[in-house]
Amino acid sequence: MLKVDDIDVYYGNIQALKGLSLEVNEGEIVTLIGANGAGKSTLLQTLSGLQKPKRGSVEYLGESIAGKAAQSIVKAGISHVPEGRRVFANLSVEENLDLGAYLRKDKEGIAKDLAHVYELFPRLLERKKQQSGTLSGGEQQMLAMGRAIMAKPKLLLLDEPSMGLAPLMVQNIFTIIETINKEGTTILLVEQNAHMALSVANRAYVLETGKIVLAGTAKELQESDEVRAAYLGGL
Amino acid sequence: MGASEFALFFSVKEAVKGVKVMEWIQQLINGVSLGSIYALIALGYTMVYGIIKLINFAHGDVFMIGGFIGFYAMVRWDMGFIPALLLAMILCAVFGVIIERVAYKRLRNSTRIAALITAIGVSLLIEYTVVFFRGAQPEGYPDLFVEKNITILGVQISKTSILILAVSIVLMLLLQFIVQKTKIGKAMRAVSHDADAARLMGINVDNTISATFAIGSALAGAAGVIFGVYYTKVDPFMGIIPGLKAFVAAVLGGIGIIPGAMVGGMLLGVVETFVSALGFSLWRDAAAFIILILILIFRPEGIFGKNTREKV
Repeated sequence: MLKVDDIDVYYGNIQALKGLSLEVNEGEIVTLIGANGAGKSTLLQTLSGLQKPKRGSVEYLGESIAGKAAQSIVKAGISHVPEGRRVFANLSVEENLDLGAYLRKDKEGIAKDLAHVYELFPRLLERKKQQSGTLSGGEQQMLAMGRAIMAKPKLLLLDEPSMGLAPLMVQNIFTIIETINKEGTTILLVEQNAHMALSVANRAYVLETGKIVLAGTAKELQESDEVRAAYLGGL
Repeated sequence: MGASEFALFFSVKEAVKGVKVMEWIQQLINGVSLGSIYALIALGYTMVYGIIKLINFAHGDVFMIGGFIGFYAMVRWDMGFIPALLLAMILCAVFGVIIERVAYKRLRNSTRIAALITAIGVSLLIEYTVVFFRGAQPEGYPDLFVEKNITILGVQISKTSILILAVSIVLMLLLQFIVQKTKIGKAMRAVSHDADAARLMGINVDNTISATFAIGSALAGAAGVIFGVYYTKVDPFMGIIPGLKAFVAAVLGGIGIIPGAMVGGMLLGVVETFVSALGFSLWRDAAAFIILILILIFRPEGIFGKNTREKV
């Protein structure tokens, strides 16, 4: 479904990604784990059109999307839940969800998906008229995910959904990630919480300073000594 | 209290006593209608600031262009007030978008001061281009009403004031509707909060910014026409002082906040009118800038602003 081949991405003069390649197949949950500053967020930003690769190719459903505008990438079916949620704090919960469906014209489909989002996240329904800036961190994460689902994506990019959340909320969010996946959305999940990420993923990549250093099934990585030592707290 | 302040205090007290209640009500209405002109201009300032963090100092000149379009439409082309108003709004909207696309768009990632200097340059360019083509002499607006005043419950009110107030209120309600209820309004609010997150929704940020300029400039154009009706004259430099005062109004209400610009404008108009009514008409313009200084010292975030630290 998604094929990233040998891309270089720069932030000004600093090279954030160095010849990175990875693949995501339809129906999978693929996770990308790595430390702070490894380039995980940069990769997602490149996929969603906020960053342009200097070299290499990004293919999605057989078409090149490298360097395309964010707008056309959303239209093609890739939704990105950014790091730090980035909800529109000055808008209500429902307005945020409306904006998720910004490019869609099918009114009935939108209404159906809105009802579905409220089913997945009943908390959002309770707070639909509330300014989203007043939500808790976990609720904002739910809103950011709900907003992305409103675009009806085929591929969902999740950047650190567990960041700053209480353990119970993290459980909750990961359960919902699995549900979304079962309903047919492919997921590329970026996480620092390698333990949680590997427990839901089919396959995984380990990213270090802009390069993929390890790849395999989630199970293989869970059992790999290197991953255990570096990302799973030596358990 | 020194002797001179003492004398000033008494002259203010005498002045207050000298004006009757009915006259105060008249002055209040005058103030609100003058203030609504400031408010219309301030809205453009505040919306543009909200979305690209630029104080668009050329905004007062869009207002001036609106005043001239209204003049030519009514006097030369014999149009009625409402068609002239609409024409000025449409042409100013287009003009505002051209300014944004030509002058500001390419500076979006440069320093704020570069954009600010450019805005001042654009302002001078517009003023002197108008002078170049038609000279600096003022033009007289036609009188809209034969009978100037109307008496309601013993209060004499000028019909122009009522017209100005009515036009402003309709436009402000329309603006609130656009910003709160429509898709482009939601997009504008989203972009002003977080442009990159808005891009991830598929929002075209460039078009949304242009739409903001279009709406703000249309309001300034409308303000230009009703200003012409109010003061019965327009000239190429008429945008400077009202532009600055509208900027004060925007800061007073809280820059970037739409209801703030409305309230700030009205408040400023009322203060100015009262200062004149008390017999200090020479101090009228100073009042606005005294307010600016006070607000910057004591409440820089404005009346409606929340005291938030700037994100780095």
